[in-house]
Formats: sequence, structure tokens, C-alpha cells
Amino acid sequence: MPSPRYWREMPQRYRLEASQCTECGKVSFPPRIVCGCGARDFKKTNVSETGTIVSYTTIRVAPDAFVIQAPYNIAIVEADNGVRITTQVVDCAPEELAIGKKVKFVFRKLYEEGHCGIINYGYKAVLV
Amino acid sequence: MREVAVIGIGMTKFGELWTKSLRDIFVEAAMAAIDDAKVDQIGSMYVGSMTPGLFVGQEHIGALMADYLGTPSIPAMRVESACCSGGMAFRAGFFEVASGHTDVVLVGGVEKMNDGADVTYALATAADQEYEVYQGVTFPGLYALIARAHMHAYGTTREQMAAVSVKNHHNGSLNERAQFPREVTVEQVLNATLVADPLTMLECSPVSDGAACAILAPLAIAKKLSMPVIKVIGTGAATDTLALHAREDLTTLKAVKLSAQSAYKMAGVKPTDVSLAEVHDCFSIAEICIVEELGFVEKGKGGPFTEQGHTALDGKIPVNTSGGLKSKGHPVGATGIAQVCEIVEQLRGAAGKRQVKDPKIGIAQNMGGSGASSVVHVFKKE
Amino acid sequence: MVGIVGYGSYVPRYRIKVEEIAHQWGKDSSAVKRGLLLQEKTVPGLDEDTITISVEAAKNALKRAEIAPEEIGALYIGSESHPYAVKPSGTVVAEALGIVPNVHIADYEFACKAGTEAMFVAHGLVKADLLKYAMGIGADTSQGAPGDALEFSASAGGSAFIFGKGNIVAEIIDTFSYTTDTPDFWRREGAFYPLHGGRFTGEPAYFKHVLGAGRAILEKSGYKASDFAYAIFHMPNGKFPLTAGKKLGFRKEQMEPGWIVPLMGNTYSGSSPTGFSATLDVAKPGDLILLVSFGSGAGSDAFIFKVTERINEVRNKAITVKELLEQNRIYLDYGQYAKYRGKIIMNE
Repeated sequence: MPSPRYWREMPQRYRLEASQCTECGKVSFPPRIVCGCGARDFKKTNVSETGTIVSYTTIRVAPDAFVIQAPYNIAIVEADNGVRITTQVVDCAPEELAIGKKVKFVFRKLYEEGHCGIINYGYKAVLV
Repeated sequence: MREVAVIGIGMTKFGELWTKSLRDIFVEAAMAAIDDAKVDQIGSMYVGSMTPGLFVGQEHIGALMADYLGTPSIPAMRVESACCSGGMAFRAGFFEVASGHTDVVLVGGVEKMNDGADVTYALATAADQEYEVYQGVTFPGLYALIARAHMHAYGTTREQMAAVSVKNHHNGSLNERAQFPREVTVEQVLNATLVADPLTMLECSPVSDGAACAILAPLAIAKKLSMPVIKVIGTGAATDTLALHAREDLTTLKAVKLSAQSAYKMAGVKPTDVSLAEVHDCFSIAEICIVEELGFVEKGKGGPFTEQGHTALDGKIPVNTSGGLKSKGHPVGATGIAQVCEIVEQLRGAAGKRQVKDPKIGIAQNMGGSGASSVVHVFKKE
Repeated sequence: MVGIVGYGSYVPRYRIKVEEIAHQWGKDSSAVKRGLLLQEKTVPGLDEDTITISVEAAKNALKRAEIAPEEIGALYIGSESHPYAVKPSGTVVAEALGIVPNVHIADYEFACKAGTEAMFVAHGLVKADLLKYAMGIGADTSQGAPGDALEFSASAGGSAFIFGKGNIVAEIIDTFSYTTDTPDFWRREGAFYPLHGGRFTGEPAYFKHVLGAGRAILEKSGYKASDFAYAIFHMPNGKFPLTAGKKLGFRKEQMEPGWIVPLMGNTYSGSSPTGFSATLDVAKPGDLILLVSFGSGAGSDAFIFKVTERINEVRNKAITVKELLEQNRIYLDYGQYAKYRGKIIMNE
């Protein structure tokens, strides 16, 4: 990944920064310029640190950059403030996952760009 | 708008076409369609292709294909909408003919996926790069998330999903152009290697090379030809959030529903009027969701509906008589046009062993990403 | 009064037992366990490194400090396994914690002593009134060469300490540093594994510096071993710290809470800081604590802390070291361990 693209997303990837529409109150992650309701005024907020698994899978055939991590778990998590996020769920076996289980977000390495490129960090989830 | 008909179809065999290049397979399919239509001139061309840049390092394939087809001066462009690039190319061509601007338009689709690229990554670029792919999401993974949600919400079983693959492989076994023209059993599907739990290898469409083309013309021209006249009576397209997680309900493919409603409305038909459908079974669960969204069965009942045989060749509403993406193969950009080829063949009564009895109306539903784009076309035998 | 306003640790969930490593190399595990007093060691997950460990430890420290991250004016990370050779770990950690941009950042390296170095400087800046709060972190995902004795101990984890002047958990009574040039252990630029001088790492290196710093700070402060409730000495293995403590007049009970090496291994820059964190987890108001680190090359930093009443308020605001070490362990076999530690040559 070219480093400007990585750098630009840091507030979301590192700190789960989101935007809340001042009109309808919906929290957008990542932040948007226009809300689904049409309004354009937002205030900065964050995705809750904990959430619930809405659906999950285990990726066994991975893109090249993720092959070393396979098999790895992916879930759609609904954070406590309603935001839905696709995230890896790590430090657990596939059998430990279930719809409705609680998770919390942690800071992890997502993948490395080969031996010489940048190291991509961001959020993942672990079971609580 | 003028009424539009499909006057010619052609496609390559789908599969691992090691000896043929991207341009070779497109030209092969285009020539077959031109020969089928018996036309000597094409006014313009739309080429559906998802990512020839990532697969073979070639962009700008509209001009490339026009050149190699021996029509180097015609307007030609590539249409991209992930896996429904072909269906969207068809839609673009349909409007060009319907508008009266051009009489004969070639609409095609092509993908060359077996030339050594990181296919899993290339396909994943159709998902949200920053908020899905960054986490290591793959397409089997996204549909597995849909599958688990569908199983949780409606009690859909792995056996019901496997029934999609079993049916489509049966149909594909009757199609000489299919990549995997062989029967599979429910047990084989369930016991195959897991790709993204709970989906196994035999629930995922394969990595394919292939091309398909169709020739569109106004009804007046079509009627002068000797072939049965197959009219395009409806087109509908819609989009949904690119990221699966952003949808209110993971089991609802809203773009499919909206595109179908739009196409049905234009065509003046209801789901019960449809004789057969080619749908985007990129994964087993996708077909289950799609038959629900197309209105063939109520929401949540797609699993039992399939398992009970209602979508089989001799069922209430035969779905994917060609073998679908699963058995026929899924060269992504070509798929939407290949679906049209099957519907036209069926409506012409020329589908051989796969022939559905006396079909009147057929639909083709082509989808991109995890359902963020969908396009539906309705065809009617004149 | 200057001291620690918040502390926190992080330890990955993965472990490998001494038996598993010994089996791989045909060694006698009981001899290793007896000789080094080790049982198992922590292993970082595939997606963990000094940066991610630092972030999690720092978050735990912030929970106990109960201050806004942006009040922290400096963040220093000591490690011998910074993921980048050039590009700071600290910037990533500060960005993740929301401390940027008004902050001074530096990465430190001094073999196993880099963590207390970061603490030493953070403390000094606060004491000099240059900053309101400063954070010092010691974290590592250390590597020992396959088959080397170090492989039994080199582990992963870290601890973070926020220094300030109000709401202190432990006051700093005194500090002392003792340093010489001693080539007992090193890793050259570009080398994957460190080399060491075998038994030369003992008397002329570890013991000379740990005892030198320990004796000096006792003399300087006027305290004697019996005045302390607890003491922590850098833990390259189980034996060295107990021997060093005994020579300085400490009893095993004083060292026990911070002697985490049997379950944790040697977490290099995170070793004595995490032992200190574990000690704070059990300390009472008024307790005196001696912390002496050691870094090859070589040097030792010594600190004397006095625990305050606030310890009882903050202790349970974040996970304890004992919980981190004893809960939810996932054991790896050697093959998994080799994969997790990047010891298998992969294609790009």
C-alpha cells in the first residue's frame, strides 16, 4: 500500500475515529462527507471499544499478503454505539466464535508489505 | 425508445484456457456472435471486464478488442462494475440501440484469470479496500458472512446450500462449454476443503478464463433474420453499500431486489411469469439469497426451495440451467453476457439436453461485489 | 513529589514450554529448568510486535493514571526489537493513543535496559518541570538464536509508566545509573539473532553492573535491604536476579512478586519494568521498592520508589501482571512457534 493511503486512514485505523451526524445522530465509520440523511454537519466521535459479533467466518484461502496468518477469523462486529465493522478476531480458535459473543477492539499489525515495505497497523478484535 | 432484440450470441468454453490470450478469447466469442447474427458490420462495442489490469496487466481493452476484431475505428469502451461488468456492458449497449443512435452493437465480456495473478486479492478489490480488504477479507469470506447470517436468521442449512452446487453441477454436466461439467453429491460438497467457513471449495465458483458476446439490434432488423426473435423487454440496475457490514440486514441483497423490481416493471412481468433464470451463484448462498430477492420464493425460504428441487431443470422455476457460475465457470467480466447466451439459447429452443420445456420469458441476473451492484435483464421470445 | 501516576502491562497470550524447545534440540529439559529456573515463556502473536505491545501496555497505564492522553508531553519506548530500523516505534504508539502532535518522541535501545532508560528520562523531564506528564515504556519481542540457550528465555511483553507530579502511585525517592563498555551481548545491524559471550555475560557483565548500581543507590539513599518491601532485578533467567538480590542482602520473599521470569521468560527491555509492574500490583502504601535493570553493553539503572495511598484506588482499574501471565494461555508447539517468530523462510 502506498504510504499516503495508509497514513490518511490512521485516525480510523489507530483510534477508531468516526463521525456523528448532527442532524440524525447516525455514527459513520469511516467518517463521511455527506450523511445518508443528506446532512453535512458532523461531530467527531469514536467507535465503542466493545461490541458484539453479528456474523463470522474463518478465511482459509487468503490473499498473498495474509497467507502467513491463515487460517484467520473475520467477523462483522456491531460496536456498542451501533457502528458495524469488519474485523479480524484474533487469539482464539474458529470454534470459539459465535453470533452474539462480545469482543473488544485491540491494536495489532494487519500485514507487512514484504520485508522492506511499511508495516500496516490497525484495529482487530479479541473475545472478552 | 426502440424495441431491442438479441440477434447473435457466442462464447468460448470456460476454463483454464492456457494457450489463449485475453484478446484471443474475446475475439473468439465475438466472431461466434457475429457469425450467429449474420451481420457484417458493428456500430459500436462495450466490453465488460472487471480487472484485466490486475489479471494480465492490460487496461484500455475497448480499443484493443476493436482492433483485434478487425473493426479498429468503431466506438469501443470497457465497462467495469466488478463481477457484473458483463451485465452492465449489456445494459449500456441496450440503451445505445434503444435510443436510436446505433443499429448494431456488440456487447461482450471477458476475463483472463489464470495468468498467474493473485486472484484472491484481485477479486477482493471489488470490496471496500480500506475497511474490508485491509483486514484480510476475501470474497468467499464475505459470502460466508452472509451464509452464517442467513443460517442464523432463517435456519438455512449447509445441506440446503450444498443443494445449489449439486443442482448447478448437474446442469453443467449437460453443457459442453462448462469448466467443470460433472456431477457432485451433497456429501462431496460438504466434505470438500473449507475455503471460508462454512463454505467449501465446491460452494465457490472457480477461477476461469472465458469470454462471451451478444449482438443487439432494433426489433425491425431482428425480424428480417431467420432466427427466432428474442426481445430485451426489461433492464434494471441498482446498487447497495460497497461494504457488507454497512447493510442493515446481511441476508438482504437490496440491489438485487431493486434491480429486479425495476426490470420487471419495465417488462410488465411478475416473478411468476418467468420461465427460467440465470442468476449470479458466485457462492452457494448467493443463489439462495437471489431466488428470494427475485421473488421466486419468500424471504428466508430459498434454502428449502432449492433443496426441494423447485429450481431444478424440471422444477417450478429452473435456475442456472447453464450450470451457473459454479459449474460453467466464472470469468468474472464474461459472466453477465454468458448468462444472456444461455437465456437466448433456451428461448430459441436450442439448449439441447438442458432445454427447458417451451420457455417464454427468461431473466439474467448479474451481480458485483458482495451484492453492491446488480443488473437484471428480462428476455421474451417474440 | 515526582513519581508514577499510572502503570500498565501487556503480555501476549501465546506460550511455549521449556520442554518443547528442549525436545526440538535434543536437550535435557529438566537440566534447563533446574539451571535457569524457567518453565515457559511468552511468545508474541503473528500480529504483535513492540509497537502493538506498547500500545496495549500504555492503554492500561492510562486507565490507571486517569488523565487525558494529550496531556502527555513525551513518550519514550525502550526496546531491542523496534519493528523498523529507521522510523520510530514511538510515533505509531503516540498516534494510536491520541497523544500527537504536541509531544516529544524517542526510541531507546540499550539491550535489556532500554525500558528503564525510557523511564529514567521521562522521570527526569517531569522532575525538571519541562513537562507535566511523560511516558516511559519498556517492551520487546526478543529473539534468541534457534538452539541457543537464549531461546529458552527470549520472550515478549512490556510495561508502560506515566510520570507526573500529582496523583502519584509511587514516588521516586532516588535513581542511579552505572555503565561501562562491556561487550557481553550484541546484535549487529542487519543480523537477525544476537550473539553473546556465554559465561562472560555473568560476572563481568550482569553481576558487576547490577550489584554496582544496587550498592551505589543504597549507599546514596541511606537505605538498607531490610528497609525495602520489594526488590526487582533484571531477569535474564531465573537464577541471576535471585543471586544478585541475595548478594545485596535481599530475601527471596522481597523478590518473589516481581520475579516473573519462570512464567514470562526474559522480556529484555520489558523484563524488570514488568517485574516492577507486578510488584505494584501487590504493594501497599508506604512500601519501598528497589528496581535495578541491566542492559548488555553494559549498564544498570536503579530506582527507589515509595508507594502511596493511591495504589489501592488504581490497582484494579487495569489488568494485573499475574492475570496476564496466568489467564488464557495458548500453548504453541515448536513448529507454530517457529512460524510465529518468523523463523521459517517464506516466499515474498
